[in-house]
Amino acid sequence: MADAVATRETLRVVGRAVSRHDARDKVAAATAYAADWALPGMLHAAVLRSPYPSARILKLDTARAVALPGVAVVLTAKDVPRNTLATDVPGQTTTVGPLRATLHVLAEDRVRHQGEPVALVAAETLEQARAAVEAIDVEYERTPGVFTPEAALAPGAPRVHDTGNLLAQWRIARGDVATALARAAVVVEGEYTTQLVDAAYLEPESGVAWIDSDGVITIRLSTQVIEHFRDVAEVLQVPQNRVRVIGTYLGGGFGGKEDVTVEVYLGLLALKTGRPVKMVWTRQESLLARAKRHPYRMRYRTGAAATGEIVAQQIELLGDAGAYAYLSALVLLYSTVTAGGPYRVPNVEVQARVAYTNNPPTSAMRGFGGMQTVFAYESQLDRVARALGMDPVEIRRVNALRRGDSLPVGQVVETHVALPELCEQAWAALGPPTPPRAPHVRVGRGLACNLQPYGRIVWLHDWSSAWVGFEMDGSLVVRCGVPDVGGGQASSLCQIAAEILGVSLERVSVHISDSALTPLAGTTTASRQLYMSGNAVLKASRELREQLLGVAVTMLGADAGALTMADDLVRGPGGRTLALPDLLRQCARAGVPRGHLAVYNAPAGEPVDLATGSGKVFPDYTYGAHAAEVEVDTETGVVRLLRYAAAHDVGRAINPQSVEGQIQGGAVQGLGYGLMEEVVVEDGINLTTSFATYLIPTAADVPDVEPVVVESGEGLGPFNARGIGEPPIGPPAAAVANAIADATGARLTRLPITAERVARALGRLDGEP
Amino acid sequence: MIARMVLNGRPRELDVRPEQTLLEALRDTLGIFDVKEGCGEGVCGVCTVLLDGRPVSSCLVLAPAVRGRAVTTLRGLERDGGLHPLQEAFVRYGAVQCGFCTPGMLLTALAFLEREPRPDRERIRAALEGNLCRCTGYTKIVDAVEAYVRDNGHG
Repeated sequence: MADAVATRETLRVVGRAVSRHDARDKVAAATAYAADWALPGMLHAAVLRSPYPSARILKLDTARAVALPGVAVVLTAKDVPRNTLATDVPGQTTTVGPLRATLHVLAEDRVRHQGEPVALVAAETLEQARAAVEAIDVEYERTPGVFTPEAALAPGAPRVHDTGNLLAQWRIARGDVATALARAAVVVEGEYTTQLVDAAYLEPESGVAWIDSDGVITIRLSTQVIEHFRDVAEVLQVPQNRVRVIGTYLGGGFGGKEDVTVEVYLGLLALKTGRPVKMVWTRQESLLARAKRHPYRMRYRTGAAATGEIVAQQIELLGDAGAYAYLSALVLLYSTVTAGGPYRVPNVEVQARVAYTNNPPTSAMRGFGGMQTVFAYESQLDRVARALGMDPVEIRRVNALRRGDSLPVGQVVETHVALPELCEQAWAALGPPTPPRAPHVRVGRGLACNLQPYGRIVWLHDWSSAWVGFEMDGSLVVRCGVPDVGGGQASSLCQIAAEILGVSLERVSVHISDSALTPLAGTTTASRQLYMSGNAVLKASRELREQLLGVAVTMLGADAGALTMADDLVRGPGGRTLALPDLLRQCARAGVPRGHLAVYNAPAGEPVDLATGSGKVFPDYTYGAHAAEVEVDTETGVVRLLRYAAAHDVGRAINPQSVEGQIQGGAVQGLGYGLMEEVVVEDGINLTTSFATYLIPTAADVPDVEPVVVESGEGLGPFNARGIGEPPIGPPAAAVANAIADATGARLTRLPITAERVARALGRLDGEP
Repeated sequence: MIARMVLNGRPRELDVRPEQTLLEALRDTLGIFDVKEGCGEGVCGVCTVLLDGRPVSSCLVLAPAVRGRAVTTLRGLERDGGLHPLQEAFVRYGAVQCGFCTPGMLLTALAFLEREPRPDRERIRAALEGNLCRCTGYTKIVDAVEAYVRDNGHG
């Protein structure tokens, strides 16, 4: 491929930190988000949710609500044409373990978590809708619940589902762990606990539905997955081609808008009333009801030789799925595959389980199972290094995966692993050490690495499609069903098309995220859109270029190989040029299309037997190394971040500014996870349903994040890019924990690392840290 | 009841209910969608508008209370039909990702710079503390504000 050897100097648009078209629209308040939409005669909708984590519904009477002024309709389970919603991955073609995941659109005889939807209302005003929700009579009989995975898996525990409380389990075994541990120079044992956290995007779940003039049920919403139009059609029992989803530019997603949110409710209400309907969740509702990140308990035994080389890892993972499966089995699979970290581990055993409880459901969130384990494996490695008196960079250099090595699951690493240089550069970026400000303040530094897959599991047979074409004036149009979550997904596609077709970026227009009108591109999840849709646009652009140059050849009298497209025209030998409008008119005369549709298929494979380590699970991985410098107040336990550097090998940065933005933003989300964020749930009741109690980092909580962008030129994406959406969220918690250990000697093993826990670890407060 | 106010520099009459918030009046009654709602309880800063030049959470202000006062939303920053230089700086320095916090962030930053035209990074961070951003990690937002201060004669 020509691009593989293209240097930054030969590229005009790709690799440049160009300003994004969507950023210009957003600062000008021109972007219409999902809630910024209104139609004549529009109704407003609200959801009745269960107040209890585990109960039977003895009575559900809507008569009083229906009679209230302004109420158009009240719906319960019996009104839903098919009350079962599939929560499998859209587009999936091969079953992944016990993943036939479903739930009821509206609760029938039971509720299994606080916030579970029970009824829907649409009314003339939002106040009327909310009043009607209050007027629905429900009689619950509370039933015993289970609130930790350990309790859920104990004999005789109340069953969350009739199938039992063990939702999924995976196992990997390679080599002889027991013997290797027995012979190891040092063995470190640790138990690590991570907490329930929320995506906490600033735009709550929202959308508007209407029945369009062609009778198609049209839903305009904030979603990472427009392909849920099929799930809506299933529930409504209408043909899939009678439902259209228009995805808006999202006010953040981070995995929380991967599963269905408002679209099924909106479709139902529009269908039943024949009128436009709007639903916007409140922040409280979003924090209460949306699926969150799995809390994990992780037990690690790590054995290393005197040289620092890891000889064995014995790993047990236990996750809390909450009340419904959603994507838990897949999240656990990611954890299982990445549990050993980006290191060579000859002997390894991973036992992973995830259980149903009556807690809020957990599902996708940025990092998707590749995150919890980083806290464990990087804390373990740090402890090994300390036991052996090794430097944090050196122990990672010794153990880093290299091309040709295989992961515990049997997948051979096919691309460069830049871990040693990432560690060195991140560590160096911290600069000279900061002296402590006072005698009771200690300063320390920590390093943490990770690997995160990009692209979907190979047996899902992932694909994306895109259409690229010229208008008669030489302006360019890209159509691609990619949802833009704010990472610059759409603008990167413009750069790629502009690069190949020699068009200036201002002359490219992009239409995205419409299940009826844009070629389907799959989900904006799994760090896959630049990789997948970038490749689809690259392919479409190249094939279109060939198509057009075939016509230009006759006009310029030269071989296609002698022609270039640049500066909004075609250049031939001897300084001859051809204006695009002239070429496009000739194409019209010759019957050559001015546009082209291309499909990119990711490398596909058969399901892997994890236990025997039989092969490839993901197309490829992105690697990173983060370095933190922290200050610990040994009297209060308060941890302050002084410096932070985050290095990732992104293969090639299509837009370096967007890449830096992903790295900086992901790192700060990861720091929130490490230091402050926690959804507090007591006996199934969520105590943190507001931003006053669910705290995410503010500008004053975090330092500048120094992004270190390494371009190995080895990735599977366009121009050899790797995915970078998720990877930067992984390392921060471990980097901070390692820095605290460096500063104080205290090892924090439970997230979030609050001042209280640090004070306990330092013996300043009683209790478990 | 009718409330007279100045909205983005122009006199405006608005029919408001006593219990309605300024945010609801702007979005639901006037269709001013450049004001967003993030939390509805004055924590996230997303719904920030300027009330007589000072940033407020419009979800906490009752609509009748703006009688006789000046309200500025993001659209009110336009200069001669073009973007304000701080808006330009947000684009150029990559301070915008999903953009949902951007209107409130811009308004808070501008009101702060009116009071304190030459802040350092630390002061900028402190000033923006009440406006949450979940995408950028704040570094590029601070970069943009700092560059604006430097490039527009404030520095």
